[in-house]
Amino acid sequence: MALFSRETQAIFYNYKPAPIQNMLDFDYVCYRETPSVAAVVTPGATSGGFRKAFFGHREITLPEYGSLAEAARLHPEADVLINFASYRSAFDSSLEALRTATIKTVVIIAEGVPERETKRLIAEAGARNKLIIGPATVGAIQAGAFKVADTAGTLDNILRCRLHRPGSVGFVSKSGGLSNEMYNVLARETDGIFEGIAIGGDTFPGSTLLDHVRRFESIPEIAMIVMLGELGGVDELRVAEAIRKGDITKPLVAWVSGTCATRFQSTEVQFGHAGARAGQQDRESASAKNAALKAAGAIVPQSFESFATAIRDTFASLKRQPVPERDPRPLPLDMAEALRSGKLRKATNIVCTISDDRGDEVTYAGMPISTIIRDDLGVGDVISLLWFKRRLPRWATKFIEMCLVIAADHGPCVSGAHNAIVTARAGKDVVSSLCSGLLTIGPRFGGAIDDAALNFMRGADEGIPPDEFVESLKASGRRIEGIGHRIKSASSRDRRVQLLSQYARENFPSVRYLTYAEAIEAYTLQKSPHLVLNIDGCIGALFADLLRGVSDILFHQPNMDPVACTTAVRSVIELGALNALFVLARSIGIIGHIIDQRRMKQPLYRHPWDDVLYATNDDVTSLRWNEALRGDGSPAPSPGADGGALENHVATRRGDD
Amino acid sequence: MAWKKIREYDAKRLLSHHMGRRLRAVQVQANRSLVESLPEQPWLASCQLVVKPDMLFGKRGKQNLVLLKADLEQAVDFAEDLIKRRGEIEVQGVRGRITTCIVEPYLPHDVEYYLSIQSVRNGNVISFSCAGGMDVEENWDKLRTVQLGPTETLQERHFAELFTDVAREQSRQVLEAYVDRLYAIFDDLDFTFLEMNPLTIAAFPGDDGQPAPEPQVWPLDLRAELDSYAGFKNARKWLNVQFPEPWGCSKWPQERLVANLDATSSASLKLTVLNPKGRIWTMVAGGGASVIYSDTVVDLGYGDELANYAEYSGNPKPEETYLFARAILELATNEPDGRPRCLLIGGGIANFTDVAATFTGIVQALKDFAGKLQVARMKLFVRRGGPNYETGLRMMEEVGEQLGIPVEVYGPDAHMTCIVTRGIEWITGDASKENESESLTPRRRLRASA
Repeated sequence: MALFSRETQAIFYNYKPAPIQNMLDFDYVCYRETPSVAAVVTPGATSGGFRKAFFGHREITLPEYGSLAEAARLHPEADVLINFASYRSAFDSSLEALRTATIKTVVIIAEGVPERETKRLIAEAGARNKLIIGPATVGAIQAGAFKVADTAGTLDNILRCRLHRPGSVGFVSKSGGLSNEMYNVLARETDGIFEGIAIGGDTFPGSTLLDHVRRFESIPEIAMIVMLGELGGVDELRVAEAIRKGDITKPLVAWVSGTCATRFQSTEVQFGHAGARAGQQDRESASAKNAALKAAGAIVPQSFESFATAIRDTFASLKRQPVPERDPRPLPLDMAEALRSGKLRKATNIVCTISDDRGDEVTYAGMPISTIIRDDLGVGDVISLLWFKRRLPRWATKFIEMCLVIAADHGPCVSGAHNAIVTARAGKDVVSSLCSGLLTIGPRFGGAIDDAALNFMRGADEGIPPDEFVESLKASGRRIEGIGHRIKSASSRDRRVQLLSQYARENFPSVRYLTYAEAIEAYTLQKSPHLVLNIDGCIGALFADLLRGVSDILFHQPNMDPVACTTAVRSVIELGALNALFVLARSIGIIGHIIDQRRMKQPLYRHPWDDVLYATNDDVTSLRWNEALRGDGSPAPSPGADGGALENHVATRRGDD
Repeated sequence: MAWKKIREYDAKRLLSHHMGRRLRAVQVQANRSLVESLPEQPWLASCQLVVKPDMLFGKRGKQNLVLLKADLEQAVDFAEDLIKRRGEIEVQGVRGRITTCIVEPYLPHDVEYYLSIQSVRNGNVISFSCAGGMDVEENWDKLRTVQLGPTETLQERHFAELFTDVAREQSRQVLEAYVDRLYAIFDDLDFTFLEMNPLTIAAFPGDDGQPAPEPQVWPLDLRAELDSYAGFKNARKWLNVQFPEPWGCSKWPQERLVANLDATSSASLKLTVLNPKGRIWTMVAGGGASVIYSDTVVDLGYGDELANYAEYSGNPKPEETYLFARAILELATNEPDGRPRCLLIGGGIANFTDVAATFTGIVQALKDFAGKLQVARMKLFVRRGGPNYETGLRMMEEVGEQLGIPVEVYGPDAHMTCIVTRGIEWITGDASKENESESLTPRRRLRASA
């Protein structure tokens, strides 16, 4: 009896997208109406889910279950189990399948299933009158009806071998690779196969050559049998015996490979298949088995070279009517396949120019991470590679690292740290707490570096005198980014500013923007002792100096025209890289505060009532609110007309970074 | 691969461990002399000893390789002679060196039984004979045989059949208990074959050399095979058992390298050198196809030129095919003799193996050997089908052009073994004549065949 039909459906054990899609593509070109895969079992998966696959143009869903029992209960029509479990677990799942009433055929793909386990499965299958194909097999195929997993390879090959419609040859072999080869030969020399089985290369396969030869004898559509055996084992001898007893009457063309074994001087050579061993008893040798088959009445060629001819001659002698040809149903091209073959082009949606994770190891701007480790590069180098796509000289990367060190934390009271602490104490996780702190960074807290840099560059490059620079900003109502500190003053300078400035003076090729910023500071200090160059301003000015100093590396242009260089440096700053440096640095400190709070198991923070002025009925505040709304629509306090920008600046800069 | 022979020493070690007995055997190798075992095995000094090579071949007695009733000094001398002085000897038509011996107490005995357990498709076959010993084969008709299903255990009726010919009731009881336990271990440890010939019942000596009061069953000679597929679940039970190479198989380093690759990979990679001076080298995809290529070389009458058997399958990674191909190319380009050689990179039509991907590793290896391949007058013949085969074949053609090495490629429409004939024509010099008349370039051959 044929194993399969055009209605056969399988349960697929262990989800494997490629072989499943192969099966569905085969179904489609054969004009099957139902997909040959009914369900997928993924051990441990929650039931109710599904996997997607294509059936022709359409996408379909394949239900997924956590156990074979459930899949079999809900898909009683599926009588084949295709078992992709590993050799470690193939036994348990196959045994369960054999004991499942609705499953009639179990295909075991894994190679390396212990022999004792296979033998138990064979006994179980025998007792229940079920069939095992494998272990260590690619599977089986019934032309035009049903195909197991990867059997017969790509669609190209399936069509070349005319497997989309039934022929009249029954083929069985041990080897999956050779079956595919033989489907090709059979398509050329005969009207193609009706059914093809690879029983697998193990010493004791679940079903034998003889099992299938006997089945082929009973299938009316099969007119001739082709068998490819192998040295080792007695299976072929049993086939010969069956022919001699008259059990097999259809013409059988056979070849047993391994005639070369006599050449192998050593007593024992293990060929690719577990069951194929040279140096065994004489009657299991290839030549002995070929001779036995021939003596029994099988058609046995002189060598594999003339196997095809023997098949052709035998088939011709049957004088079969040609089978009706039907063009395969055209299958839409698969995107991946089409792209690979160059039949389709596709625009990418994302471009990346800084790193590549596709090879053996990740590269940062082309530099493998192993090189970074080997050359003992630091985080400053990594930042220069990933942010600026260049490896910068050590004086520059050291400066970047100093900025990270210096700006990493500024105590628990600054707004970012404070917010993170409050969030952490509300029981939120590290990421949420970190984000709440980082989201505080902006124009008044840590986010003024870009603007400070751009301003100082403009002033310096256009040669604006400091007084004019300050006064023009004041006139337009703007504050000066990078100037002023809540606590620090002319008499108690910011130590951080001093450290960075000193390093830059000693190591940078030029500190022209810092010098300009200091000139501005000298002027503003005349107005108020708190209007010092702050850390934002210092980093901003120095980073502009740094970028200028490495412009030949950064822009690949030695001796750049100064104007062009300025424009290029500005364009880098406008990307936001300088503020990002603060974000990166401060994340370190904020995470420290979060971990600190969690370590101390601090409870929920609630701000005390007595620290809030409840002024809900205060006429003054409501009046100012209304005024503000009448003005420019912005609720922000507008600077006073009397040039209060700088004072206002100091007043509104609650922070200190 | 499944059935693997183990050394007699290891087999006895496994059996005594799992039977809860003391091991009465010592292994001797070049770097471990018998005397070193004396502190743990004091019986070596007090018993008469037996010394035998432990090299996976049988019929040692018939070949005068066994020393009986030796004292320690004689035993040391005999083992050293076998391992260090004998050099290469021929056993069963195969030459090799003895590297390992087993030393045991000599057991005076009057009966010699035969016992074997063999894994068969429907279970296991147990055979027993009262006429064991060197001449067991002349008494094959006295063999009593029972077959057990894969989950069956030994029953009274099995023992009745096996031990029909055992006259003494006491012997029968001792044998029953032993075989019962042995069969359970055979099953539990995934043995596929055990043969004890002879097997005897004797009072075994203690450390002081004095016989123990209770007679026990002792295998004198033992052959055993394990199912290597079951290694993953027996890591502990197998007590670090070794799977030595078959007798005479002194491995080339390249063979060892491929064996190691095979052991660690999910793919299958095999290499056996048949004739290092042969001029037909093979590197074939697929367990089935590789055998057929070797067959075809032999069938066409060039078995003497067949240099190796090499097989890869199961979708190996490019790194793996690279190392595999390097191993073969090292051997194949060794000692050029001015005569043309061929490398058959063959295979059937793959089911799911990405042909181009596996060829990537081979191409890389070919590049490493560009100069040596030219010196060796190597020509490559490629035949393959399956996923991405066109790309794979093109890669092979291109590397040939780039390196100046002749290459012919064939796709799935050419006969699988056609390159064997082409290779033979090349090494015999017939190819050049034909090429003059046809002047087909390899690329045109691909087209013509595709």
